Amino acid sequence: MIISIASGKGGTGKTTVAASLAYVIPDSVYIDCDVEEPNGHLLLKPDFFPEENADKLLPKIDYYKCTFCGKCVEVCEFNALINLKFEIVLFEEMCHSCGACKYFCPEKAITETAKEMGIIRSGITPENILFADAVLKIGEVSAAPLIKKVKSKIQKDKVNIIDSPPGTSCSMVEAVSDSDYCILVTESTPFGLNDLKLAIDVLKTIDTPFGVVINKYEESFTELQSYLEENRITTFLKIPFDRKIAETYSEGILPLKKIDWLKDDFIYLFEKIKEIVIEEKINVR
Amino acid sequence: MSDKNYRQIVVLSGKGGTGKTTIATAFAEIINNKIVIDADVDAANMHLVLNHNINSKYDYRGGKKAEIDLCRCSQCGLCESVCRFDAIKDFKVDRTSCEGCGFCYRVCPDNAISFKETKSGVYFECELEDKSKFYYAKLLAGEGNSGKLVSALKKKANEQSTENVKWIIVDGPPGIGCPVNASLSGVDLVVIVTEPTQSGLHDLKRLLDLLKIFKFPSGVIINKYDINIEMSKNIEEFIQSQGISLLDKVLFDKTFVKAIQNSKSIIEFDKNYESKFKNIWNSIERIIKN
Repeated sequence: MIISIASGKGGTGKTTVAASLAYVIPDSVYIDCDVEEPNGHLLLKPDFFPEENADKLLPKIDYYKCTFCGKCVEVCEFNALINLKFEIVLFEEMCHSCGACKYFCPEKAITETAKEMGIIRSGITPENILFADAVLKIGEVSAAPLIKKVKSKIQKDKVNIIDSPPGTSCSMVEAVSDSDYCILVTESTPFGLNDLKLAIDVLKTIDTPFGVVINKYEESFTELQSYLEENRITTFLKIPFDRKIAETYSEGILPLKKIDWLKDDFIYLFEKIKEIVIEEKINVR
Repeated sequence: MSDKNYRQIVVLSGKGGTGKTTIATAFAEIINNKIVIDADVDAANMHLVLNHNINSKYDYRGGKKAEIDLCRCSQCGLCESVCRFDAIKDFKVDRTSCEGCGFCYRVCPDNAISFKETKSGVYFECELEDKSKFYYAKLLAGEGNSGKLVSALKKKANEQSTENVKWIIVDGPPGIGCPVNASLSGVDLVVIVTEPTQSGLHDLKRLLDLLKIFKFPSGVIINKYDINIEMSKNIEEFIQSQGISLLDKVLFDKTFVKAIQNSKSIIEFDKNYESKFKNIWNSIERIIKN
C-alpha cells in the first residue's frame, strides 16, 4: 500500500504527519520525496547505510564523428544544444535527458555520460522503519527525476509513506502519482484553504483518492470547515495548535513521542485509511 | 546593476511555511514606488491579503505536449519504447507525465503523433490601492514548468516597469530547485525567512549554499524566534560565521495568523507592526546601498 502526504502550501506539517504515520505503522517504509529540502531524517533519525549516487544522463559528442550537421540541435526541444560549427555546446541545466539527440544523430556521434544530480540515502530507524530520502545536489534544478529514483525504494508488500514536496507542480505530481491514497495536510487559514483547493485539483486530475488532516486547527476559521463539508471531503483529524507540539518539533523530536493523544490520533488515522483503501480495492474488483 | 533605476528583493526560505508571504506582503505595504510579484506560482497566496484589482489576464503556454491520433497509429510501440518519462502506455499519452521532449512525435513512422503548445497556466496583472502594479499566476492542475512561468511573470513585470519604480518585491517559492532559480534572476538582495527549528536551519544551510554559487548577497529574518530560543541562537551564530547579516527577529504572535484569517496584511491588521517592518526595511536599504 502507498500512502502519500501532500499539502500545496509549505510548512503545514506534511513531514510531521508522514513521520508520525510511519511511526505508528509496524514495519512501515518512509520515503522522503522532498528532495530539495528533505527533513524527515531530522525527526526519524535513521542509521544510514552507505549512500548511492543518483545520476542523470547527458549527451557527449564524439568530434571524430560529428559533422556539425545540426540535427541534434534541431531535435532538442529544450534549447540545451547550440551548434557553433566547430563545437556543439551543451547547457547541462537545460538538458532533460530525453535521449532524442543521441537517437537522431545520423553519424552516431553522440553517447551519454552520467552526471551526479544528487544522492539517495537509505537507512533504518530505531523503531525499524525502513527509511529512504534523496538530496538534490545544490544548483541542480530539476527535482522530478530524482524523486522518480528515490521512489524505487518503495516495497510493494509493505505500507509505504511518501512525504511529498510542497507545491502543486511536477515534483508534487511525481511524488504522489501511483499512491493508493493521499492525505492532504492543511491549516486553518485562507492560505491553507487556497492551496488545499489547488492540490485537490491535481489529485482529481490524476485520479487519486484523498482525505484531509487539518493541522493548527482553529474553529474560528469556518470557511475551511464549510468548504470540506460542501464538497463532502473526508476530514480525518483536526490537530489544534499547541505550543508544545511546535516546541517539540523545533528540537527535532517527533511530537507524538511526548504527547500521548497525538499518538492515538495517528493510530486512528491509519486504521481509517486502511479501511478506505481496502474497500476501494474490493470495489474495483 | 547601475543602469536600472530600481532594486529587486526576493524573499526566500528553503523550508515552506516560515512566513515568506507574511513578510513580503508587509514590505509591499510599507514602501512606495514598487512592483510586487508573487513568484510562488504553484501555490500563490499574496493576492489573498493584498487589496487589488485585476487589470489583465494572460494565458501562459509552458511547452508542448504530445498526442496520439489513434486513427493513424499502427500500434508499433516505438513511441513507448523511446519515451524516458513513462508517459506513453497503450498508445495513449499521459499529459501529466509528458515532459514535452517531442521524441515520440519525431520517431513515429506513421506521423500519428501531434506535438502542440498547450495552455499550462494563467497570470494576472493587477493594480494595488496605491496604483502600483502587482503580478501573480496560477499554474493549471498537474502542469510542470513552474520555473518558466516564474520567468514569464518577471519578464512581464520588467516590461511594465516605469522610471518611477524604485523597488521590485518578489515573494519567492519554497525549495531550492527550478522555480527558486528562476525567481533569483536580476535580484539585488535575498531576504531569507527562517524559523528556529532543526528543519529551518537545515533548509537555510542548503539555500545559502545555492546563493553562494551565484554570489547573491542575503540577509536573514528569524521568524517565531521564541518558539526555541536556543535554536535561534544557533542560527544567529551560524549566519554570523557565514558573514551574513541578521536583519531582525520576529516573535511568535498569533496576530499574524489572525491577520491572514481576516484576509489582511499584518500592517493593515495591526498598525503596531508598522514600525517593526519599517526598521527591517531600513536595514535592507542599508545593506543594498553598501
